[in-house]
Amino acid sequence: MRVAVIGCGAVGSLFAAHLAQVDDVEVWAYDLDRAHVAAINERGLRLSGAADVVGRVRATSDAGELPPCEFGIVATKSMHTRRAVAAVAHAFAEGAVASVQNGAGNEELIAELVPQVIRGTTFPAGHIVEPGHVCMDTRGDTQLGPFEPKPAPLERVRELAEACTRGGMPTHALEDARGAQWRKLIFNAASNPIAALTGLTHGQVWELERTQRVARGVMAEGRAVADAQGIVLDSDPVELFEWSAGRDVAYAHKPSMLQDVEAGRATEIDFLNGAIVDFGERHGVDAPLNGALTALVHGLERSRA
Amino acid sequence: MIGSLYAAHLARIADVSVLTRRPEHARALEEQGLRVSGKADFNARLHATADPGDLPGADLVILATKATDLEDAARRLAGRLPEAIAMTIQNGLGAEEIVRAHGARPLISAVTFMSGVRHGDAHVEYELDTETWLGPYAGTTTVETVDEVAQLLVAAGLRARPFPDLRPAQWSKLIFNATVNTVAALTDLPHVAAFAAEQAPTDLGHLVHELMEEGKRVAAAAGLELHEDPWEMNVLAVRRGETEAAHGKYAHVPSMLDDVRSRRRTEVDFITGALVREADRHGVPVPLHTAMYRLVRARETAYR
Repeated sequence: MRVAVIGCGAVGSLFAAHLAQVDDVEVWAYDLDRAHVAAINERGLRLSGAADVVGRVRATSDAGELPPCEFGIVATKSMHTRRAVAAVAHAFAEGAVASVQNGAGNEELIAELVPQVIRGTTFPAGHIVEPGHVCMDTRGDTQLGPFEPKPAPLERVRELAEACTRGGMPTHALEDARGAQWRKLIFNAASNPIAALTGLTHGQVWELERTQRVARGVMAEGRAVADAQGIVLDSDPVELFEWSAGRDVAYAHKPSMLQDVEAGRATEIDFLNGAIVDFGERHGVDAPLNGALTALVHGLERSRA
Repeated sequence: MIGSLYAAHLARIADVSVLTRRPEHARALEEQGLRVSGKADFNARLHATADPGDLPGADLVILATKATDLEDAARRLAGRLPEAIAMTIQNGLGAEEIVRAHGARPLISAVTFMSGVRHGDAHVEYELDTETWLGPYAGTTTVETVDEVAQLLVAAGLRARPFPDLRPAQWSKLIFNATVNTVAALTDLPHVAAFAAEQAPTDLGHLVHELMEEGKRVAAAAGLELHEDPWEMNVLAVRRGETEAAHGKYAHVPSMLDDVRSRRRTEVDFITGALVREADRHGVPVPLHTAMYRLVRARETAYR
């Protein structure tokens, strides 16, 4: 089996290095960071922290070098999905491409470019320590399922899930992976923009009554939009927030959108709150708080650019 | 800053005393006078003190503190100058009640659109030479008195317009401020063209527009007919800003953004907070203003 990871940042590296542990899987990585690519090709892709492995991965910044692959795993930031997948689409004429990105709307973009698409949600997280070396911060499960408008057959989804699991990334193949995706989307759409706009950490957003109430309002709107699509969430995002805000879990975590804003980078707001507004519009559900946060974060991106 | 603009202009035609919080501020004004640059250019001589006991008698007291400092100023003036007419010019709602809580006195309600930049204790730059609007407060002063004060301000070189009832103008400004100030404070954007942009679905102008519509529903429920439409005020201000920006000199930083940038407590309780309280009183849902209020208060929390 040949798998290509598209966007080999922190999350992409977790998949690439783990998959490379499986004997019959050949792993490729496509990434624009040339130093990272060169280090991977010289010394292998190393994981530390919650994992301790080195994976033999063929990395490239030249999309033309990618051979035909059975599977793709897209792990870029959402705003780069279209450009990255357009560059590598030739490798997946017969393959199936999965998204393990944040938010909603990535599978739709991928489906414009390749014939078979897998919807995915992943919990594990990490950060890049140096080129070729990623620290795994959090372990956790991944859910994959056929993307209904342009589905990969469930059999193929299982094949990829089993490979990931055998490599050390526990992955479940589901007929309907929307419940997992929307649970994480709704959770992220509450934590990320509120932190970005106020400068509070994940735990502080929940601890302060004022921001917790905004967060609950945002999640209630997200839930209504999920309900209107007939999506059954696999767990309650409100409970997930409450648990993860605990002192011994992720109280001091700066959500990635706050980090993006502080660094003057573009954020994934269009794929989080913006996506909730879009899907809501298509299904006749208003999401005014999500709309307000989307507009405010766009304003913040503009002032920090 | 606003207080300095009134004091310096009025000192050209009247005896003006300034009550400051800090003694060194009063000393600087006594020694150097008060310099105005920008839209006007002069140096005013005036009396200044940090001790309320040093204030001579007065016919008019202008209370020009930030809304957050008004309580303290009213306390310092309690029992003093009981005959003087007091004029409040704070942002938002509730200033008159704060002053009256420290002693009954004739009151004039006012709002001002002037703005400036403070360049130290004895120098203020006059940025926007726009009007002060004033009207009698709850029957404590007459329309004639308000006219006189307006004429005084005009004679001093400022712009002023008297109203028989200020509330329609006060509410127009309240809705405008509750929206523009909180959006600026959260996005870190000065009041730029984006505030009026409504092309793409997620453009900031949509949020600004919706916040103003919420505010207008509260005003309607309170039985008020607005003096000006806040959205039109926004479009006009943005357009004026663009013209000035073309000359390379103007990007208005709303006071709440200035406060957040300097990590000071903001006036959000008196502006958006007041609007939300009025909405509750009249049973009008204002989910967006409520969220803006909570986010700005949270932003203040994160200073620490």
